[in-house]
Formats: sequence, structure tokens, C-alpha cells
Amino acid sequence: MPKRNRPAWAIFAEKALEGVIYLCGISAIVFVLGIFFFVFKVALPVLFEPGFSLTQFLFSTEWYPTSESNIRYGVLAMIAGTFSVTVLAMVIAVPFGLGAAIFVSEFCGPKLKETLKIIIELLAAIPSVVWGFIGLTVMSKLIVEFTGAPVGVNILNGGIILALMSVPIIVSIGEDALKAVPDSYREAGLALGTTHWQLVYRVLLPAAKNGLLAAVLLGVGRAVGETMAVLMATGHAVHIPEGILDSVRTLTANIAAELGEAPENSNHYRVLFLTGVLLFTITFVVNLAADLVIRGIRKK
Amino acid sequence: MTKKHTFTSILWLGSAMTAAVCLFQAGCGKRESGGAADAAGKVTIQNKGSDTMVNLAQAWAEEYKKVAPAVDIEVSGGGSGQGIAALIKGTVDIANCSRNMKPQEIEQARKNTGKEPKEFVVGHDALAVYVHKDNPIDEITFEQLANIYAEGGKITRWSGLGVKLPGGDDIVRVSRQSSSGTYEFFREHVLDKKDFKLGSRDMNGSKEVVELIAGTPTAIGYSGMGYATAGVKMLKVSAKTGQPAMPPTPENALSGAYPIARSLLCYTLGAPEGELKKYLDWMMSAAGQKIVTDCGCVPNPADKHTK
Repeated sequence: MPKRNRPAWAIFAEKALEGVIYLCGISAIVFVLGIFFFVFKVALPVLFEPGFSLTQFLFSTEWYPTSESNIRYGVLAMIAGTFSVTVLAMVIAVPFGLGAAIFVSEFCGPKLKETLKIIIELLAAIPSVVWGFIGLTVMSKLIVEFTGAPVGVNILNGGIILALMSVPIIVSIGEDALKAVPDSYREAGLALGTTHWQLVYRVLLPAAKNGLLAAVLLGVGRAVGETMAVLMATGHAVHIPEGILDSVRTLTANIAAELGEAPENSNHYRVLFLTGVLLFTITFVVNLAADLVIRGIRKK
Repeated sequence: MTKKHTFTSILWLGSAMTAAVCLFQAGCGKRESGGAADAAGKVTIQNKGSDTMVNLAQAWAEEYKKVAPAVDIEVSGGGSGQGIAALIKGTVDIANCSRNMKPQEIEQARKNTGKEPKEFVVGHDALAVYVHKDNPIDEITFEQLANIYAEGGKITRWSGLGVKLPGGDDIVRVSRQSSSGTYEFFREHVLDKKDFKLGSRDMNGSKEVVELIAGTPTAIGYSGMGYATAGVKMLKVSAKTGQPAMPPTPENALSGAYPIARSLLCYTLGAPEGELKKYLDWMMSAAGQKIVTDCGCVPNPADKHTK
């Protein structure tokens, strides 16, 4: 192609713009590394403190950061709390989310589809503190009324709130995955005389399963990392749950509630950052899994 | 799809970064404290700390607006521990506390700011033990409370206290987050410095404790007496089994007959000056102390109104 003559400033401006865009592009990497480095740097010294043991941190349920007699940092109860709330949220959100994704992608008309997509995105935009507020005021009363639980802020409450928060993510990514299935599959299926439902069940779901799995995993990531809503809705009790009507405390809620009071650079402060590292690791693994799964689709 | 995914990740990271920067600035931006006046001659006093005192501090701030319109008083809660932490950093003028500053906290403040924290007793409060209004129990001893709340305590059911409740037998323990002065005061005086049993519902405010108990027939909890509502009942408390249990009344709180009464304190860095001193003096004047009564707490005895 013959080169056009352009003024020097235009060439320069284009290069500069390219540079800026390049910076924007790699900023994500810088941020991730920066955040991980900072959190880890603050947490690291506590690993070598004599009063701290990693085994106790991971496998003890006794969380007594401000005790006068015997300070103990065990987050097992909170790991169990995070885990139980997340699992319950997924049990509720996955059928709902995938069902909604299938409906939006395959069964509804174009007009309804647009409306639904906008409203689902709106659902994703509700701030988590508002969800927490709903959990604390509306949900907790309903739970006490219908289940007879002594206290309405518990795993069930947090699980439902988190499910409502992760459904939009599952729906929009799940719908994308279904849309990515080539129309020729649908046409072939229908030509063979399948019903609409058989088409979804036998053809589309197997074809889109990687994308749908990724949608679910991203929903899990959202649920594990959520803070404000679970802080308000789960009752904040350090305790290995025995049923879904028990109150629990999650890792995120514990950091949010205690970081403000922990004296800077004290052991308590560093242990909270270590909890942050733990959370970071969990969400990282979940996101990585989701990413690998997505990559799996592309290869096909 | 992947594009969208990356885009959301960047958005997330962007917001995380912004939050981190904000935190950083909040941590580093040491404000000129001491109620410094800005160009317009307006004076701002930063006041933070105890949740027990947050209603009182707010009422004071509002009333003082009428006395001295040029003075702005910014009140926030978070717990006595948070107030003290801010005082140590030098970011507040007054720290409200429902417990005394510990020696190591005073030492830290001295080291960090070069000033000696100064304590003012601005009122008194009884730490009330609350149950649901329909609970038949009327009085409780320290021993029973320790058995309910402390690590290793034996009582987990209402039948252990000789009470039969229609709503269920398990005691729902309501407690406070660990930055709360009320939490530490209860641990020190009632539990004899033993740790709390895990699994209590740790609320983030005095009012939340009372609200949860009002909505839960099987709950028990502790909070300042000023937060009592129609939905809850305050128990009579005795320090030793066998001694008569005393109700949390203003008189009993002042005389010490009620065993878990405490002083409400304000700490400043160094001796207060200027507008800050005027404000503290006003708090302890008859007008300021009347607000203590209005908030359900106990004012200083009349002869100590002005020190």
C-alpha cells in the first residue's frame, strides 16, 4: 500500500495515543501485581512471629485477636462460613441463572429479550450495601416468620442475597455462551425433528457447557468476594455452622469489621491482611479455572 | 465474551485501585488537629469513638450549634477502640470512650503525637443486660452471665437459668464487635478478663443489640441503658450470687450499687485550648449535662458540674 503523506504532528499524535492505549492495556497487570505485592508485604512479617502458627491460622476455629490472656488467630470457622454461604448461594443461583440464560437466549421473543437483558443488568448494578440492607430488614423478618429460626440473619439469608447478586453474572455470561453456539447446530437439530426442549437439552447445553461452567465459576467468584451484603445479612458469629439457619461470619466480613480497630502493623492487623491473601488466593483459583475453561471453548 | 470478561476485570481493578488510593490518602492525610480555624473563621472539631456515646455526642453537637454557630462538630461512631486509634494518629480532636484508655494506648499516643492524652468524665452510664420483653426472668448474677458469655461457660439453654420460654430453649447470645468499649468493659468486669465464648452475634452498634433482642424472644445481650426500648427488658444484676440484684437506675449507677456502671469519657491530646476547651466546658456545664439526662444516661453529680 502506498504511504500517504501526513504531517509530522499527526504521526506523533498517533504514536502518543497508541502509547496511552498500551498503558491502559497493561495497567490491569500492574494493578494485580501491585495489589498482591502490597497485601502480601504487610501480611508477611506475621508468618515469622513466635506467637503465630500457620497451622493454627488455617485449622483452628478460635478467633480471639484481642484477648487479654491468650491471643489466638484461627480462621477455620470463617472459611466454613464463606464456604457455606457460597455453596448455598450457588445452589440457588445456578438453576435460576442458567434457566434464565436458556430462556433469554432460546425461548423468548426479541422484544422481551431486550427488556429482560436491560433489567438483568440493572439487577447487577444494585449496590451491595442495598442488598445487605434488604437482607437485614426484609429478608430476616420473612425468614423468622417462615422457618421459625430464632434469628433472621443467618446462612439462608446471606445465601439468598448472594444468589440474587450472582444471578445477573451467570445469566449474562451464560447467555453469551449459548449465543456462541453456531446456528447450524440449531438448524440441524430442528431438521432432525427435535422439539425445542430436546434441542436445548441434547444439543445446546453440551455444546455450550464450557461457557456455562465459566459463568457459574464467575458467579462463585462474586459470591466469595462479596463483603458488605454478607456482613449485614449473615449475623457475624464465629462458629462452624450446623444448619442453614445458623449465623456465620465470612472471611471478607471479618476483615471489614476489624481492620479499622486493629492498630497499624500489629499482629492482628497483619493477620487480617493474611486473611486477604487467603481470599485473594481463593478468588484467583476460581477465576483462573473460569479462564482456563473459556480457553477450552476457543480451542474447539 | 472474553472481551467482556476482561473489560469487567479492568473495571473491578480500577475501582479497587481507586479505593486503595482513597484509603492511602485517608491514612496519610494527617489533619491539622486542635479545632483549627479555616480562612472563613469556621472551626471544625472532629469527634469520634464510642457507639454507646454516639447519640449523646450527636445531641451535644446539634445543641452546641445554637450556642456557637461558628463551630462545626463532626461526630462519628465505630467503637471506643476506633476513637482511640484515631486519637493516637492525631486525626481527631476528641475521642469518645466508654472505657478507660489502656496504659499502652496512652504510651502510643504520647510517642506518636508528643502529647499527653487528657481524660474528661462527661457523664455516667449503666451497662444494662437486656432480654426480650416477654422473658419471665427478672434478675441475673455475674456468675450466670459469665457462664453464658465466657469461654468454657456451661449455660447454653434458658432452662439452665430456670426459665421456660415458648420460643425455644437455646440462648441467643448477642454481643458487640471487638472494637467496642462496651465489649471490653463487659469482658473486664463481668467475665473477669476471660474471653467471650465464640458464636455470639456480634453487632456493630449499641442500638442494633437492643433491636435484635426486641425481635428475638430467646436472646440476651448487653448495651448502654440509654438504648432501652419498649420491646426489651433490663434485668436486675448482682455481682455475687446471694447479694441482692440491683436495677440499672441513674441513682444506682452513680452510687455504684449497680455493679456494671461506668464513666463516659472524652479524651483530648494535651490540655484543650480555644474552641475545643469551650466545647468541653460547655459539655460539663448544666446545659450540657441536661442533654446527658435526655439521652438516657446519667449526668455528673451537681457539685462537679464545672471543674
